Amino acid sequence: MNRLQQLFQHKKKDLLSIYFTAGYPNLNDTLKIAQALEQNGADFLEIGFPYSDPVADGPVIQQSSKTALDNGMTLALLFEQLEDLRKQVTVPVLLMGYVNVVLQYGVENFCKKCLEVGVDGCIIPDLPMYEYEELYQPVFKKYGISNIFLVTPQTTEEHIRKIDELSNAFIYLVSSSSTTGNSLELSNQATQYFQHISALKLKNPQIIGFGISDKNTYDTANTYASGAIIGSAFVKNIDANHIEESVKNFMKKIR
Amino acid sequence: MNYFVDERGYYGEFGGAYIPEMLYPNVEELRRNYLHIINEPSFQEEFKQLLKDYVGRPSPLYLAKRLSKKYGANIFLKREDLNHTGAHKINNTIGQILLAEKLGKKRIIAETGAGQHGVATATVCALRGLECVVYMGEIDIKRQAPNVARMKMLGAKVMAATSGSKTLKDATNEAMRDWINNPVDTHYIIGSVVGPHPYPDMVAQFQSIISFETKKQLKEHTGNELPDYVLACVGGGSNAMGMFYHFIDDESVKLIAIEAAGKGVDSGFSAATTTLGREGVLHGSKSILMQTNDGQVVEPHSISAGLDYPGIGPQHAHLFKSGRGQYVAITDDEAMNAGLLLTQYEGIIPAIESAHALAQLEKMQLNPSDTVVVCLSGRGDKDMDTYMKYFDLQD
Ligand SMILES: Cc1ncc(COP(=O)(O)O)c(C=O)c1O
Repeated sequence: MNRLQQLFQHKKKDLLSIYFTAGYPNLNDTLKIAQALEQNGADFLEIGFPYSDPVADGPVIQQSSKTALDNGMTLALLFEQLEDLRKQVTVPVLLMGYVNVVLQYGVENFCKKCLEVGVDGCIIPDLPMYEYEELYQPVFKKYGISNIFLVTPQTTEEHIRKIDELSNAFIYLVSSSSTTGNSLELSNQATQYFQHISALKLKNPQIIGFGISDKNTYDTANTYASGAIIGSAFVKNIDANHIEESVKNFMKKIR
Repeated sequence: MNYFVDERGYYGEFGGAYIPEMLYPNVEELRRNYLHIINEPSFQEEFKQLLKDYVGRPSPLYLAKRLSKKYGANIFLKREDLNHTGAHKINNTIGQILLAEKLGKKRIIAETGAGQHGVATATVCALRGLECVVYMGEIDIKRQAPNVARMKMLGAKVMAATSGSKTLKDATNEAMRDWINNPVDTHYIIGSVVGPHPYPDMVAQFQSIISFETKKQLKEHTGNELPDYVLACVGGGSNAMGMFYHFIDDESVKLIAIEAAGKGVDSGFSAATTTLGREGVLHGSKSILMQTNDGQVVEPHSISAGLDYPGIGPQHAHLFKSGRGQYVAITDDEAMNAGLLLTQYEGIIPAIESAHALAQLEKMQLNPSDTVVVCLSGRGDKDMDTYMKYFDLQD
């Protein structure tokens, strides 16, 4: 069982996860930010490896990805930076990025490296479920890496059931059909969707992401799911010159 | 060997639908419906009628006599430049707008490079009274000003893509983001044989009218429906796929696809995808693309906005890898000179994209008995600025 699966076994409510982009704002800030997040109460972390064409992302993460690439960040370099991860960080860590970068690195290589440095899972939004099932699942299993799937308000029940079958940590509920960084509108539609998902009694816990930006949206998400993920709002708040302080101030406002 | 799409949405190892879950319902809706909609007799009837009365099809197959004499072979031009709106792009947008209507969509989005696909999309939206938003790279907006004006006059909203290289690839990213944010009422009219399955197959089917007509016309001209060579330029690859489609299984016909070498394949300013690229995933399909070792997409260069794209459609990747098609690259300079040559030999000013295909004639060893068809994908009106500057024609 990896750290992520262990976490979900003993903590079922109010989980807080933070996304940030590796190599942003400065190339070597990755571990510094991870440590600061753990110290300030994040339950698990999502570290983004940048891609030149992040179609599922809004302006904030597009920009942080571009800066990271300009800084010289690569997936290979990220794994180097993460060699000391487990000396400094104990909470579960996921990597998040686009499939082309993983394909070029090699899927098996990727999983192997994740295990070596202590990464527990990954989120690859443009890796289709059937591809994962046919080609990649055996490799992910071999190294004990959890692959996290997204579900949106438009996802059919049949598809959700299949995702639940293939998942072994949690399901990522995208709050509304949108790119990252839009604000969560708690319309009737959104609450109906969250309630609909709860009623399905899935075997995997659900975490809500996209549009969670402050205490208010975080709390709301928690009434419908096991926790929430904050991305763009956190990335926007990082102060390049005062990393620890800006992380601390942000986290204080959420919890 | 099967060169067409299989039931999983692949061409050999290329293709598929590498899309985030947010796009899955849209793409799945299309995948489930496109074949039966397109194959309905009422759809086909309306599609063909519009191609005839509105687009002006069949486009002529013209025996270019002076060009033939120069190159010592029988050279035919498939005149897609004579279509309404000036390029092959309208074949696809007519098909997709009818499909979008059948799916009950109210809003149309598109990406555009040269602006030809944007104009073709804005045109069919005006024709059918649908809202239209076109994404276009900020750099392309500057170098294709007349097409921007046409789109606006047609009632489309032109949105500048300001991320990345600010060209076609980034316009495509923005269109995909728009679709993610508008998942229910919007149809995305992709302008080439790229994108997630079923787009490459759907666009190829709509463009296949090019080779369908060519076969018949060639038979009338020469008594034989099969040429020795067919040539077409490749940006994403839609005019080429349309030109190849009905010849793919006739293995005696040599298929030559011409990519943009830009300032030269080794110059660092090129869009020669098969020469410079590797297998990878961009814009929803696995194909060949120009990228770094880390998998970051490399920004391409071509003097022609329509070829300035770092990938090719998955069916092209399959034709390339299997050896069925020959993929070559033509530089900016070679294309510009070929454009001028056609103008002065035949009185036809070609789009700079199409001029790339013409430039290949210079490099072939042709016999007097050879029949060659070149897809003249578009006309050069939109490129007058570039031609004038390049040949110093302004006083
Ligand atoms: C005249 C013309 N030819 C060719 C192209 C390239 O596109 P494709 O490779 O899809 O035919 C374009 C694209 O804008 C174009 O306008």
